[in-house]
Amino acid sequence: MTYSPSEMMTVAAARALSNDDVCFVGIGLPSAACNLARLTHAPRLKLIYESGTIETKPSVLPLSIGDGELCETALTTVSVPEMFQYWLQGGRITVGFLGGAQVDRFGNLNTTVIGDYARPAVRLPGSGGAPEIATCCGRTYIVMPQSRRTFVETLDFLSSLGHGRTGVERLAGGVNTEGPTLLVSDLCIMKPHPGTHEFEVVSLHPGVSQERVAAETGWSVRFATDVTETPAPTAIEIETLRDLHARTARAHGTAAHVS
Amino acid sequence: MSEFLSLSAAITRFVRPGAQVALEGFTHLIPFAAGHEIIRQEIRDLALVRMTPDLIYDQMIGSGCARKLTFSWGGNPGVGSLHRLRDAVERAWPRPLELDEHSHAGMAHAYAAGAAGMPCALLRGYRGSDLPRVNPNIRFIACPFTGEELACIPAIRPDVAIVHAQKADRDGNVFIEGIVGVQKEAVLAARHSIVTVEEVVDTFPAAANSVILPSWSIGAVVEAPGGARPSYAHGYYTRDNAFYVAWDAIARDRSTFLAWMEKHVLSPVSRA
Repeated sequence: MTYSPSEMMTVAAARALSNDDVCFVGIGLPSAACNLARLTHAPRLKLIYESGTIETKPSVLPLSIGDGELCETALTTVSVPEMFQYWLQGGRITVGFLGGAQVDRFGNLNTTVIGDYARPAVRLPGSGGAPEIATCCGRTYIVMPQSRRTFVETLDFLSSLGHGRTGVERLAGGVNTEGPTLLVSDLCIMKPHPGTHEFEVVSLHPGVSQERVAAETGWSVRFATDVTETPAPTAIEIETLRDLHARTARAHGTAAHVS
Repeated sequence: MSEFLSLSAAITRFVRPGAQVALEGFTHLIPFAAGHEIIRQEIRDLALVRMTPDLIYDQMIGSGCARKLTFSWGGNPGVGSLHRLRDAVERAWPRPLELDEHSHAGMAHAYAAGAAGMPCALLRGYRGSDLPRVNPNIRFIACPFTGEELACIPAIRPDVAIVHAQKADRDGNVFIEGIVGVQKEAVLAARHSIVTVEEVVDTFPAAANSVILPSWSIGAVVEAPGGARPSYAHGYYTRDNAFYVAWDAIARDRSTFLAWMEKHVLSPVSRA
């Protein structure tokens, strides 16, 4: 079965979730990955959206984090202050999904500006829930399409903490959650080196070479000693993901996404 | 006790030029009708507060209502940029916009602190982020008991909070259900408040997670059916996701934005 690099990325991210996880979900790729996991290998995965919906089971992907579908299919819906105070800051979330405009080798993320903060070349939406998702969830997974523009040597702005500017600031600052433990792109899977916390390639998606990954990374990327190949998506994974996107497109009255 | 007013009378009475104004509603129940009335009344120099500025603040900023924005996520959810917000920040059009930028957790704590009558909010937040470097309203203090460093930000206590709700009863009490966001906190944190509602009813239904705002905690109640469109009102109408997608092209260009506002918000027909 043929599949796109974007579908490979979503499937690889979904596989990282288990039935034991309580997952703080962002919109876009994370939402597709989390719901794909729930519809395939992890039916007891608990999904939480920052709008306050707990254990939500949407049949279509929401366009926003607060679509009515999320509330109607949730076990319960709490206020936004309660969500951030009791559930996120209170340490109830095992894993948070994050992405951004830029990521660096230590999993720090920029979702704020390209250029100078006071006079930005591009004003991005901002960090939303991410600064506290990055520090209060047990661990985080980063999902982003990979290019030199997005995987950068130096962030223009550090919106959400990964392992810190030089890989040590997270621990030194007393942040006692794990931080980013997984980075999934459309080319490969990376994990932080246990000593330096620098993300290194542990698995290449089928058909992707080390040279290609190096060319699409803004820092001199390292490869683990035993790089493996990511298992290709199964027919069930691809069919479930495409069904989900088709239902979503019908519900929103828009063209189907390709991811 | 809350007073039943027309939308134009409520906005005229409470929303003064230069005021700090929070129109809240987390994706759900966004008070678009009230925002459009502020645009029609050409109220200027507002310090706008909202966790997720959304299309309504894109429209108000592009119409020149705002001098300042306190916010935590300024995008079109699931679609992309808010182009009018970007134009104001990147190119000062139609006027410069001062930013007071936070995280969602910071804003949520700051509203709760405002509702509690506190001067500031404490949270385990902003750790390792550059936001405190660019926003002097984000500071850190040591917990006097444990020594843990905690973020401290000013409480949000707006001059006016405006929210949309499903129902008011005839005594002017207000009923909200579904994704209830920070509306309760925003209303209780504010000096004045306006609640637009889908309908006025004799009695409220029993509901699992309903929020009730007593009449005596609210300034004005305005009956404004459809007042949250193109966002949604749980139990009344769904989110117009196709419009949120379409807004991207409308707002991308100054002239198409102004033409859309003229036709759909400012024209005499839409005033009726």
